[in-house]
Amino acid sequence: MDLKLKIWRQAGPDAEGKFVHYPVHNISKDASFLEMMDILNEELVANGEEPVAFDHDCREGICGMCSLYINGHPHGPDDSITTCQLHMRKFKDGETIVIEPWRAKPFPIIKDLMVDRTAFDEIIQAGGYVSINTGGVPDANAIPIKKENADLAMDAAACIGCGACVAACKNASAMLFVSAKVSQFALLPQGRVEAKRRVENMVAKMDELGFGNCTNTYACEAECPKDISIANIARMNREFLMAKIC
Amino acid sequence: MSVMYSSITKKIWMSLMGLFLMIFLVVHLGINLLLLFDPTRELFNEVAHFMGTNPVIQMFQWVLFAGFVIHMFLGVVLQIQNWIARPKGYKVKASSEESVFSRYMIHTGIIIFVFLIIHFANFFFKAKVFHSIPEFVLDGTPTGMEDMGILVMKLFELPEYVIGYIIALLVLGFHLDHAFQSAFQSLGINHRKYTPFIKGFGHFYTIVITAGYIIIPLFIYFSK
Ligand code: HEM
Ligand code: SF4
Ligand code: FES
Repeated sequence: MDLKLKIWRQAGPDAEGKFVHYPVHNISKDASFLEMMDILNEELVANGEEPVAFDHDCREGICGMCSLYINGHPHGPDDSITTCQLHMRKFKDGETIVIEPWRAKPFPIIKDLMVDRTAFDEIIQAGGYVSINTGGVPDANAIPIKKENADLAMDAAACIGCGACVAACKNASAMLFVSAKVSQFALLPQGRVEAKRRVENMVAKMDELGFGNCTNTYACEAECPKDISIANIARMNREFLMAKIC
Repeated sequence: MSVMYSSITKKIWMSLMGLFLMIFLVVHLGINLLLLFDPTRELFNEVAHFMGTNPVIQMFQWVLFAGFVIHMFLGVVLQIQNWIARPKGYKVKASSEESVFSRYMIHTGIIIFVFLIIHFANFFFKAKVFHSIPEFVLDGTPTGMEDMGILVMKLFELPEYVIGYIIALLVLGFHLDHAFQSAFQSLGINHRKYTPFIKGFGHFYTIVITAGYIIIPLFIYFSK
């Protein structure tokens, strides 16, 4: 298939960026989106031009490194998958595809379509862990955990920290990500010990970094490749309220 | 100052004030509807007089006023922070929100605010500040009450007021339709069993409130 790409090019963090048009030809409909980008980059390199910088790592939908805001949707038009899992059969022959980087103040552009998501690491450092004293490996099932809670914690832990929620939100809010991280611990007895401190510190960090405020539009949930539920955001609001009043 | 409070704290206050305002809308609608059922306006004027003089209600009036101010102030602060959080927008705008109204809360909010000012100028200030409302006369005897009813009737005989009022109320409806369920989510109330009910009830509430308020000017205009 032949496609017209409109890609955001920006030489560096402080450079002036612009959209550049690239036609690509003879792309297999079975190619993945990132393979299509690779083909474009090979052509660019062969012509002595600078290839388009974009993030990727595992290319199997588990690492959270790939991004791209494709035709108005983070991770492209398909539901519940990352960009690396997106295939060209989802597009029409001759279609124009607009590719933009995640846009949010706390995610500054490094180059072209690559953004710096260190802000998420800083939020994790503020409380997204369980403090343990090292020692013998504890017995599995030594602590009884309700099946429902184990399932919900597992669902929350599916978040890969890709940042699509921030990219999709009209407020550039990170609430879905932070709430998934708060929830995966809050639901389990091991996480309860530091629950109060965790939610307060992670929310404070999120605000300090300049993410927007949630107005419950639920665009994050619709675009999340891991189907993280906004019920986690309500849980975090609850945890936060309880931490403040108790 | 309020920038100092966390995003969630601001949202919680916002939703509490919003819920309070939504209860007030029910009470206000109940009183307004009295105009439809009583052509002499006696009932309406009596209730308006009670609301305007009862000390408990007078106190609540200030609570209500504070509720509006806090809600609007936080709404504007949150929105400005949200604009700052995305200095450069997208070329292709996403539309993955669950409800279109959720995109326009600040816009509908500001229109409601403008409406409120006009509304205050028409009724509250006339009654409280300028004392320019004629006395209610029933069967030839002055009652000592202000004839708030006639004020309403007179305004709604003007087509521009009827149309303006209806537009303002539709905009309020757009605000409420997203706001109702949003307030519960902000307070951390989300449950697989009850949330579908909250969402359904929110739409029902919005339709009843909006339609209820809109019927009044239409009724007055077409029965003059
Ligand atoms: C009778 C009038 C009003 C009622 C009943 C009302 C009710 C509500 C409720 C319940 C919410 C949801 C709060 C939440 O999710 O936490 C909300 C959101 C909002 N309201 Fe109002 N509101 C009214 C007037 C106004 C006015 C005059 C403004 C003016 C600026 C305004 C601005 C906003 C904004 C910007 C939001 C979205 C903010 C957010 O979700 O964080 N509202 N409103
Ligand atoms: S919540 Fe979803 S969209 Fe947000 S970072 Fe996690 S996986 Fe990505
Ligand atoms: S490259 Fe790892 S999730 Fe897409």
